[in-house]
This record gives sequence, C-alpha cells and structure tokens, in this order.
Amino acid sequence: MSEPLLSVTDLEVRFKSRRGTIHAVNGISFDLRAGETLGIVGESGCGKSVTSLAMLGILPRQAYPADGSVMFGGRDLLRLKDQEMREVRGKDIAMIFQDPMTSLNPILTIGRQLTESLRRHLKMDKETAREEAVSLLDRVGISDAGDRLRSYPHQFSGGMRQRVMIAMAISCRPKILIADEPTTALDVTIQAQILELLKRLVSEEQMALILITHDLGVVAGVCDRTNVMYAGGFVETGATESLFATPRHPYTAGLLDSVPRLDASGKQRLVPIPGTVKTLMEKPTSCAFAPRCMYAVDESRREVPPLREIAPGHHVACFNPVPESDLPQGAITEAR
Amino acid sequence: MLRFVVRRLLQLIPILLGVSILLFAFVRALPGGPAIALLGERATEESVERIETELGLDQPIYVQYGRYVRNLVQGDLGTSTRSRQPVLEELKQKFPATVELAFAAMLFAIILGIPLGFLAAKRYLGFLDNASLFVSLIGISFPVFFLALLLKYVFAIKLGWLPTVGRVDVTRSIEHPTNFYLLDAVLTRDWEGVVDVLKHLVLPAIALGTIPLAIVARITRAAVLDVLNEDYVRTARAKGLDPSVVDRRHVMRNAMLPVVTVIGLQTGLLLTGAVLTETVFAWPGMGSWMLEAIRFRDYAVIQGGILFFALLVSLTNLAVDVSYAYLNPKIRLSR
Ligand SMILES: Nc1ncnc2c1ncn2[C@@H]1O[C@H](COP(=O)(O)OP(=O)(O)O)[C@@H](O)[C@H]1O
Ligand SMILES: [Mg+2]
Repeated sequence: MSEPLLSVTDLEVRFKSRRGTIHAVNGISFDLRAGETLGIVGESGCGKSVTSLAMLGILPRQAYPADGSVMFGGRDLLRLKDQEMREVRGKDIAMIFQDPMTSLNPILTIGRQLTESLRRHLKMDKETAREEAVSLLDRVGISDAGDRLRSYPHQFSGGMRQRVMIAMAISCRPKILIADEPTTALDVTIQAQILELLKRLVSEEQMALILITHDLGVVAGVCDRTNVMYAGGFVETGATESLFATPRHPYTAGLLDSVPRLDASGKQRLVPIPGTVKTLMEKPTSCAFAPRCMYAVDESRREVPPLREIAPGHHVACFNPVPESDLPQGAITEAR
Repeated sequence: MLRFVVRRLLQLIPILLGVSILLFAFVRALPGGPAIALLGERATEESVERIETELGLDQPIYVQYGRYVRNLVQGDLGTSTRSRQPVLEELKQKFPATVELAFAAMLFAIILGIPLGFLAAKRYLGFLDNASLFVSLIGISFPVFFLALLLKYVFAIKLGWLPTVGRVDVTRSIEHPTNFYLLDAVLTRDWEGVVDVLKHLVLPAIALGTIPLAIVARITRAAVLDVLNEDYVRTARAKGLDPSVVDRRHVMRNAMLPVVTVIGLQTGLLLTGAVLTETVFAWPGMGSWMLEAIRFRDYAVIQGGILFFALLVSLTNLAVDVSYAYLNPKIRLSR
C-alpha cells in the first residue's frame, strides 16, 4: 500500500487544571491515506476535539504541548516551528468546527473572512480573492454570492454559516479536511444537506476527510474507515462496514444499540450505555470502559487492553470481545 | 444611523428641560442667596430686598423659570451676579479648559490602558498580569486630590521639570480663537506655545487620568480574555493567520466593544470630576468656576454650568453609542 498522507503515533494530550493533570488523549495512533474518509466516533468528552486541535497545533493554552508524533509530508507537525506550522494550517490541513453560530467573527464581513486565507496562503490580490470567494460560495450552495460577501454572520442561518465555514476550509484546496461535529449544532434536515455537501466536495477535490462525530449514523454514510474512541483512546478501528456489521468492542456494540432508529417501534427504545465518562485525572492503568461494561473480566481491571487485529484491518482493544453471536441484530441490518 | 442620531438629539430636549427644572428648584433651596452672599451677613434687610428686586428674585418661582427658559431658548444663559458678565461668555472661556484637560486625561488612559490590558490578558496570571492588577488597584484607590498634590510636589516643585499651575506660562501671550489652548497654538502655528501648553497639561492629565487608566486596563484585560476563548479566534488561528493578525483583526476589534462603553462613561465622569485636579493645578476650568458660583449663590452660573455638563455628558453617551454601533454590525445594520 502507498505511504500514508498523515501518520499519527502515540498522540498524547494533557491539560493543567486546578484539580491536577487531565489526561484527555492517551496515546492514539492512526494513518490517513490520500483521499480517504476516516470517522472518529465517541461520546462527548472522550477527546475527539482535543485530538484534532493537537494535530493542527492550536490547543487551548491550558494544554501541555502534545506528545507523540504527527507525520505529514515527511515532517513531524508537533515539532515544527510556529511559523512553519502556520503554513500548514488552513493550507494543507483545514478544519471545520462544531458550532457555526460562534465560529465566525461577528464583526467582519463574510467576504473578509473568506478572503483572508486566500490572501494569506495563495497570495491572491484583493480582487482575485474576491472573485475566488464568490465562486467558493457558489460551490457550497450559497446563492447571490456576490452580495453575500458583504453580509455579516448574523444575517445567515446556522446551515448557511456552516456552508461558509466549509467554503473557508476548502478555499486553499487542503489535502486534509478535519470536520469536528460539523452537523451537531444543526437541524436534522440541514444535517443531511451539509453531510451531502461535504461528501461531494471531498470527492471532487480528492481531499482526505477526518469526520469527527458522536453520532454513528453520520459516519455510516460517509466514511471508509471508522475509529471508535473512548476516554482518550481508540477502542475499535476498522472498515466502517465491518465495524457496523460485527462490532466486537462492548462499547461499540453499545453505541450501535443506542443509535436512534426512525423505524423503532414502541418496544425498541433507545438503549443508552449505563454510566458516564469520567474525566481522567490519571493515565489509565486498566480498561477505561470496564466500570460500565458487562463483559469486563479480571484482566480488564488490571491492564490496559492493547489494540489487537481480530480480523483483517479490524482492531479491538478488549480482553473479552463481544462474541459475534451476541451482536444486536437490529443494528447490523440497519447499518447495511 | 443618521436618523438614530437625530432621534437621540431630539430626546435631549426633554432631558435638558427636566434637568433645568430640578436645578432651578435646588439652587433656590440652598440657604442664603446671591444678595446675602454679595453683601455679607450683616447686610440690611433693605439692601437685600433692593438687590433681590433688581435680580427679579422677588417674583414667584414659576415666573422666574418662565423667563429663564424664554431667555435660554434665545441662547441667553443669564448674567453672573458676581462678575456681571453674561454666563455664556464665561462658559466659552471656561469649558474649553476642562474639556481639554479631560480629553488629555482620557487620551493618557486609553493610550496606556488598552495595551496594558491586552498584554495582561496575553500573559494571563503571569508576572505582568499580576503586576498590572496590583498597579491598577493602587491607581483606583489612590485619591485623585492626593495624587495631584504628590505629582505637583515631585515633578513640578522638587524636580522642576514641569510647571506647577495654569494652562500656559503667564509670560506667554497666545491668541485664543477657540480657547482650546492646544488648538489655538496649533492654529496660530505657535510651536513653542504648543510645547508650553503640553507641558502644562502633563501633570493634571496624569492625575486625572490615573483612575480611568486603571479601569480601562482592567476592562480591556477582561474583554480580551473573553474574546481569546471565542470560537472565532480558534477559527482564525486554524486558518494559519499570523498571531499579530489574529490579535489585531479578530481579538482586539471585538474586545473594543465593552471598552468603548467604559471609555465613554469615564469621560463623562472626568468632565464633571475634574474639580479637585483643577484646584490643585489652578486650572481655570469649569470646576473652580462652579465652586465659586456655589459660594456666591450665583444662580445663573450654576444653572448654566450644570446644564452644560448635562449636555456634554449626554453628547458623550451619544458618541459612545454611535461608535459602538460602528464597531458592531449587528447593531449598525438594525438601525
Ligand atoms: N481547555 C481545557 N482545559 C482543561 N481540560 C480540557 C480542555 N479542553 C478539553 N479538556 C478535557 O479534554 C477532554 C476531551 O475534550 P474534547 O476533546 O473536547 O471532547 P470531545 O470528544 O467531546 O470533543 C474533556 O473531557 C476535558 O476534560
Ligand atoms: Mg468536541
């Protein structure tokens, strides 16, 4: 297989806090190939956003510098100088954020915000950048693009703003687009449109996409591969299809069980996984999911399970994976 | 926007009218009166009555007020009972002194306060942040009067670097087309005069500007800290923009919104609060003029001066709202 475009190894992120060190990301590794779409799925607070911010080098100031490596184009992004990293940001790797209502600057016009990356990275002059911005807005489905450039964010709906964010992100034709819960803050009908748009643009531009979400339903239609994250680590990775068909980690199986289904009859209620994610004040020394897990064995409470390949390309971090016969039938047929 | 400004200006009329009624009543409720103040405690009843008749103070109060407003509308603020000068003429002499001082003080506060607050926020909880908090607290709790005396003693009397009193050297004659001395000196191309006027401004401006400086720095710090946590700043950084561009274009412009409001309020306070500083530096402005007027129960001067303050503060607030709207498109476009 060809060389991966992006290769993350043992990425670790910790935060300073008043109550001590928070271990937000605890050594995750993954590869991303050119043009590939990768999903990262997990409950809120498991470290998805922190992972993406660490890759771009824009962690909040409370964070310690990230450990591990993020190889891209033969260089480790975590060790680049600030100035070199700024050349990568927005140009080679661009990002879309969760909340379009707050992610745009309220006092600058859409045009100004769209053209600033073009001028920064592609060194376009004002007029060229403006024309390019018009065509970008066109491409993300905003009509009257010329007039819209003079508008301010508050004059746009949430869905439109997310389209603007997408236009901004793809403006310099990045090789990798990271979309962090791009549809979470939007109405259901708008969600589908935005996902369609992302899918289309990614394939037109042959960008690699990292789609971050807490909603398995979102990755199902979009991603080639999916990594399931729990408490700062990956618990299961594999082709999206096999993950949905044969989820082997109890957490993945549980998530699939709790995917809301439109055809659910009265009996088949949403089954949430009992318990909540705890903030990790120490690096885990056992399976982080064990306290919530009905499959947990003694070993789970003594050691951190490593990711093991249990089928070609399908990895699970579990000492007692869910037997295939136990799998919830509904989820499987649904995913297919 | 223009309609908004005009509407606000029209709203001023009832406000000022209300202020004038209150003033009129309060001033006359003060013990004593202009006649006694002029003639002294042992004046005969006759001579007091004679003067009160002369001034029209024997009339019923609503008649007096009616006449006052009639004159006011024609731009006549009355005549000072003490100096026998038209109040408007004296006002034209005095208010530029106060406005010039307040403006210089505010400029001092803004030019130092905004960068200081910004740096404190960038070095959140660091040495500079804590140092600036410490200095701000001292600045806020230090009585202006005392600071003024201290500055005067050290820099004017002991070191002799700067003049002790006044707006300009007494031996210097400059022309006064506007009575804003700095402006006058610039207009008449009297560059030595400019330097002299500036030297006279430094100490009073620092004394008067220290509290606003501390307040502006604290508000700027808080605003910048808020904005630094905003998602759109993260977006700007994710674009790979230079930190200086992120700070200028994305952080500071947004952080200025609350700061502008505070600057406006502080300016209003400065205009009216310059009295003590003016006293220390024998600054011939509104402050000392008003004090004198109160002492002599100079009704027309008190009324004219305070009414003018009310107008000035209202206009400052209007300027704040206009600049706020200018900075914030959400408000600008809804007008
Ligand atoms: N600014 C911060 N300061 C301290 N801890 C943080 C900060 N941001 C994130 N964290 C920690 O990192 C964990 C992962 O957060 P995040 O990546 O935002 O989760 P999500 O998967 O929902 O995107 C959180 O549980 C939180 O404890
Ligand atoms: Mg998140």
